[in-house]
Amino acid sequence: MARIEKKKDVVIVGLGWTGSILGMELAQEGLDIIALERGRDQNTVPDFKYPNQIDELKYGVRFKNMQHPSQMTVTVRRDESETALPYRSLGSFLPGNGVGGAGTHWNGLNWRPQPEELKLRTHVRDNWGEKIIPEDMTLQDYPVSYDDLEPFFTQFEQVAGISGKAGNLNGQIQEGGNPFEGWRSAEFPMPAMPSTYDSTKFRDTVKAMGYHPFPAPAGIASTSYTNPYGMQMGPCNLCGFCERFGCYQYSKSSPQTTILDALKRMPNFSYRTHAEVLRVEMAADGKTATGVTYFDEATQEEVFQPADIVILSSYQLNNVHLMLLSGIGQAYDPATGEGVTGKNYAYQMNGGVTMFFREDHFNPFIGHGANGICIDDFSVNQNDYGALGFIGGAYWRSGSFNGQPIRSMPLPQGTPGWGADWKKAIGEWYGHAMSIGTHGSHMSYRSNHLDLDPVYKDRHGRALMRMTFNWNPNDLRMNQYMKIKAEEVARAMNPDKWQSSFKGLGAKYDVRPYQTTHNTGGHIMSANPREGAVNRYSQAWDKHNVFITGAGNFVQNTQYNPTGLVGGLAYHTAHAIRTLYLRNPRPLV
Amino acid sequence: MSDPHGYQNRRNFLKASAAGVALTGVPVALHAKSKEPPVPLDQYKTEYFTADEWAFVLAATARLIPSEGDGPGAIEARVPVFIDRQLAGDYGRADDWYMVGPHDPTAEPARGWQTPLNPAQLYRQAIPAFNAWCEEKYGKSFTVLEAAQQDEALTALQKGEVAMNPELSIFFTTLLANTKEGYFADPIHGGNQGMQSWSYIGFPGARASYKEWVDQHNVKYPLGPVSISGERA
Repeated sequence: MARIEKKKDVVIVGLGWTGSILGMELAQEGLDIIALERGRDQNTVPDFKYPNQIDELKYGVRFKNMQHPSQMTVTVRRDESETALPYRSLGSFLPGNGVGGAGTHWNGLNWRPQPEELKLRTHVRDNWGEKIIPEDMTLQDYPVSYDDLEPFFTQFEQVAGISGKAGNLNGQIQEGGNPFEGWRSAEFPMPAMPSTYDSTKFRDTVKAMGYHPFPAPAGIASTSYTNPYGMQMGPCNLCGFCERFGCYQYSKSSPQTTILDALKRMPNFSYRTHAEVLRVEMAADGKTATGVTYFDEATQEEVFQPADIVILSSYQLNNVHLMLLSGIGQAYDPATGEGVTGKNYAYQMNGGVTMFFREDHFNPFIGHGANGICIDDFSVNQNDYGALGFIGGAYWRSGSFNGQPIRSMPLPQGTPGWGADWKKAIGEWYGHAMSIGTHGSHMSYRSNHLDLDPVYKDRHGRALMRMTFNWNPNDLRMNQYMKIKAEEVARAMNPDKWQSSFKGLGAKYDVRPYQTTHNTGGHIMSANPREGAVNRYSQAWDKHNVFITGAGNFVQNTQYNPTGLVGGLAYHTAHAIRTLYLRNPRPLV
Repeated sequence: MSDPHGYQNRRNFLKASAAGVALTGVPVALHAKSKEPPVPLDQYKTEYFTADEWAFVLAATARLIPSEGDGPGAIEARVPVFIDRQLAGDYGRADDWYMVGPHDPTAEPARGWQTPLNPAQLYRQAIPAFNAWCEEKYGKSFTVLEAAQQDEALTALQKGEVAMNPELSIFFTTLLANTKEGYFADPIHGGNQGMQSWSYIGFPGARASYKEWVDQHNVKYPLGPVSISGERA
């Protein structure tokens, strides 16, 4: 029989970005809050301190900051004809683990979606008609608009401490910013980071071609900064250890650097680590949750934590898993299109070109995760879908974000993978290459979804979640278009050698190479309970005291890294709970 | 570039070592500031490998990253020590991985690691299987083949032309990845001796502070590497 803990007003499942945001905002209401975190406690000191964190093998290759598949993983199949096999060791995506979650080891790219991305079905219908939508594409509008979310994007950027240059201030296009972005009510909290040599070279080329370069919006402090919670960040020294690492010097935006120390000072907030939530418990009427049951690693027992409000703020995959195990939302059935939980799993469609300049010194170890100059000239709101034959777009970025040699050793095509010629090539080419990445949207499809695996179990005896996912022709066509356009830029830069890496039509999903940790959907937002799992406030349609945050809310994935939208939606949810739900708990839509 | 380390005939060393002949004083590249010289590879006490396995890994990594030419080879970088320590530790045991069955080792490579073996078991089973193939093809085990034959055998292994149990099909990929890891990882893990690989390519290691260099475009970074434990080269 499970131990029973004292009832709380709010239980938060997962103490990453959105758990920290909801914790802080609801603690300010005076609510008694407990957060449960599956992984370890971790903070800048001692866990990320210099020089120990500067260890490519331990953190970059062996993934010691990540979720370990031995604790939790998924099975993967590309289509229904395949048997799903476990994602046994990390490759394609890297869920976080421990306090701070994926917010500790991200690269810091903090984008807002384009307004059109949140109303994509409408955008398509109004411009080209719905007939261009492929039959199996489950394209929808988000039930919130860019204008609805703008104050919350701003709030998140001020808390997270984002460096950049606005391109659109209240409708006025700004020189040096992104002219194709949605409007901003305020300039970035900090000026843009300095440009490295590669990004400067890219900027000059694309500007001459008539494109519109701007600095990447970075969750990396360019100056010293104090955020609205009183948290302080120090300017980045471009150490080049962002992605997969905790920041050793308080420069990268993370729950640790921007929220948690302030939150821990709130007397009505507490958290427990090594507390893995197994399921959400339901009231007899099935309309509300009563709390959660978790496994306490220290005492090796199940514990019931009662609470009036349950916030599911763990990683997207784990949120969906908990919902499937707990009966939150009807499980999605791709055969009928009915059900909502597990629907519209989406990912990211990326490609790139690498250019080699024998005489140039790029010093690729100088950089940060969100380094670079970008263009949005081929983005979702710039592309003519009718003429191009796909729905979507990509942002492009050039700028070194790590020069760590195990993982970052671009060599000209045709170089052997080992032997004397390989060794010669690494001496010849390390530090003499630069790249342009195209980071593209990914639509949602009937076939790409999440459900429970019939075979494989986790260490608690629960069914693993099963991912059915493959690339789709629409997104591959988008990728091929980016290839054509990026190769034009590569040629214009006149390198000694260059090569591209884009997915060909017919490419199948490969779980081995790292792609992105931008797993989205599965508990999508919707305007009505038939189409998604949560409403516009991220409130479960069928359990009104359960709020579910994160990229699982994405109806289809945008062309950008997800954190800006994740943060904006979390503040939107916090605002709704504070202003609408607490005084009268009920379905808000 | 001539051999910078005073060691003229590594191949003979490897063969001799493999044959169990005691050698002393295998020179390894050491920076003047390194604290004390590491134990020579032929005297190194393995944590995981058997003597035969150790001989194989010395020989195989020496072909994957040979000593000839500019830059250190796997032997100078002490890559075998790195691999031995990795396999003796949590990586070798796949502690972090989901290793629950059923397993389908015949699954196509794009499905990821599907053999039931952990990396340590993989080396243990694959080395004799590969050696058996070498015996059949060349009449000798891999360790004592000529360099050209070793390269040919490794190429066959890489291309999947060596008939092996499907549970072992990921061996070459793993061996090559581990070899490069040991070559480039911080010396704290046992390879990249004296940060030679970092010096060779121009990676400053754990310096990790470049604010004053970011605006110096197209200027080669002038400082040599440092390691986590504070070595400089």
